[in-house]
Amino acid sequence: MDNDEAFDKFKQCAVEVLQVEPEKVVLDAKFGDDLDADSLDLVELVMALEESFDITVDESELEGVTTVKQAFELVTSKL
Amino acid sequence: MAARLVTTRGAAITGWGTALPDRVVTNTDIMTLFETSDEWIRERSGIATRRVATGPFITDPPPHHPPDGLGTTGQLAVAAGREALAASGIEGSDVGLVILCTTTPDQLIPASSAAVSSALGIAGGAMDINAACAGFTYGLVTASSMVAAGLDRVLLIGAETLSRATNWEDRTNAFLFGDGAGAVVVEAIPGETSLLGWDLGVDGSLVPILYADHGSGMVMKGQEVFRRAVRATVASATLSLERAKVSADDIALFVPHQANIRIMDAVADRLGLHKDKIASVIDHTGNTSSASIPLALVEAAKQGRLADGDLVLLAGFGAGMTWASAVWRWGH
Repeated sequence: MDNDEAFDKFKQCAVEVLQVEPEKVVLDAKFGDDLDADSLDLVELVMALEESFDITVDESELEGVTTVKQAFELVTSKL
Repeated sequence: MAARLVTTRGAAITGWGTALPDRVVTNTDIMTLFETSDEWIRERSGIATRRVATGPFITDPPPHHPPDGLGTTGQLAVAAGREALAASGIEGSDVGLVILCTTTPDQLIPASSAAVSSALGIAGGAMDINAACAGFTYGLVTASSMVAAGLDRVLLIGAETLSRATNWEDRTNAFLFGDGAGAVVVEAIPGETSLLGWDLGVDGSLVPILYADHGSGMVMKGQEVFRRAVRATVASATLSLERAKVSADDIALFVPHQANIRIMDAVADRLGLHKDKIASVIDHTGNTSSASIPLALVEAAKQGRLADGDLVLLAGFGAGMTWASAVWRWGH
């Protein structure tokens, strides 16, 4: 899977879980300010990403993750 | 009442009741304890108010042993149990066993069901089941088994005073918990049992993510519990549906443990159950552990949301982590 394919898949998860417009899911978007996502939304997004990408993300790895870029890099580091 | 071993006896729920302490605690009340807001609490939990019997909002605690108070797990259990017996048209002396599901018993010794049994005049045995928030569903499977084993009637109660096990200074979870009780009479019927499929489970390696030690409040790693709860509940409910040989479309009412509206919605969504099928009382009860499923089930029954023959899916999960689910055919 190349980077663009991975981001499309990531974006699809974010759109479904956070119920936002696809155009809003860009690398520099902040989950809280731009995507109106709270901490439980993030947990649900991570669950969807785990299932979609067949990866495991520990609770501790989520600390400090506030932007789409950070979350996407966390996912791709596990592929 | 002599129990006799009979292997082909059905079980049905023939009466039900609930009890809640008088004191309503609003999110505005919670805001006097620590920095939080009504909006924040509602968005993360779906809770607007909860009832409590103990804790910082009870200025004049009632004595523990008047027969009709609502200040302890046992008293709440008695009140709910009494209503269930009356609804079923029976007396305590008609009941062969009382099962009290609770994770907040009134004493270490004895089981709280002992005093409940005495107050209700139960003729047979009594025991507590502690399976945390999965307690009532464990209890329903147990009650059905006892009916299959020969008892004519079991009084099954879920009752809690979680306010006793709450750390009222912990802004991450103190707003979640409430007190209350719900009860049902499980009675022998001719023919097939109403318990069509069930699953009980536990993963004891997860004790550290949700626990309360003697004399101290609840410790919870909320996000980890959230993820585990959603996955365990979906997996267990799926097993129960398979064992009952039915699909999510056949379910008329989904009664999940009322932990957090976000978990309830996430589970329903993953099971393919429409939100309209969820029985929810969490907005006015908070998380009442073993009491939450009977509170939601009984409220739905009182609102006329259940017809004879309807299939009900119950699913609980909680500390342990423990989980349980059951597909139950309503009516008798």
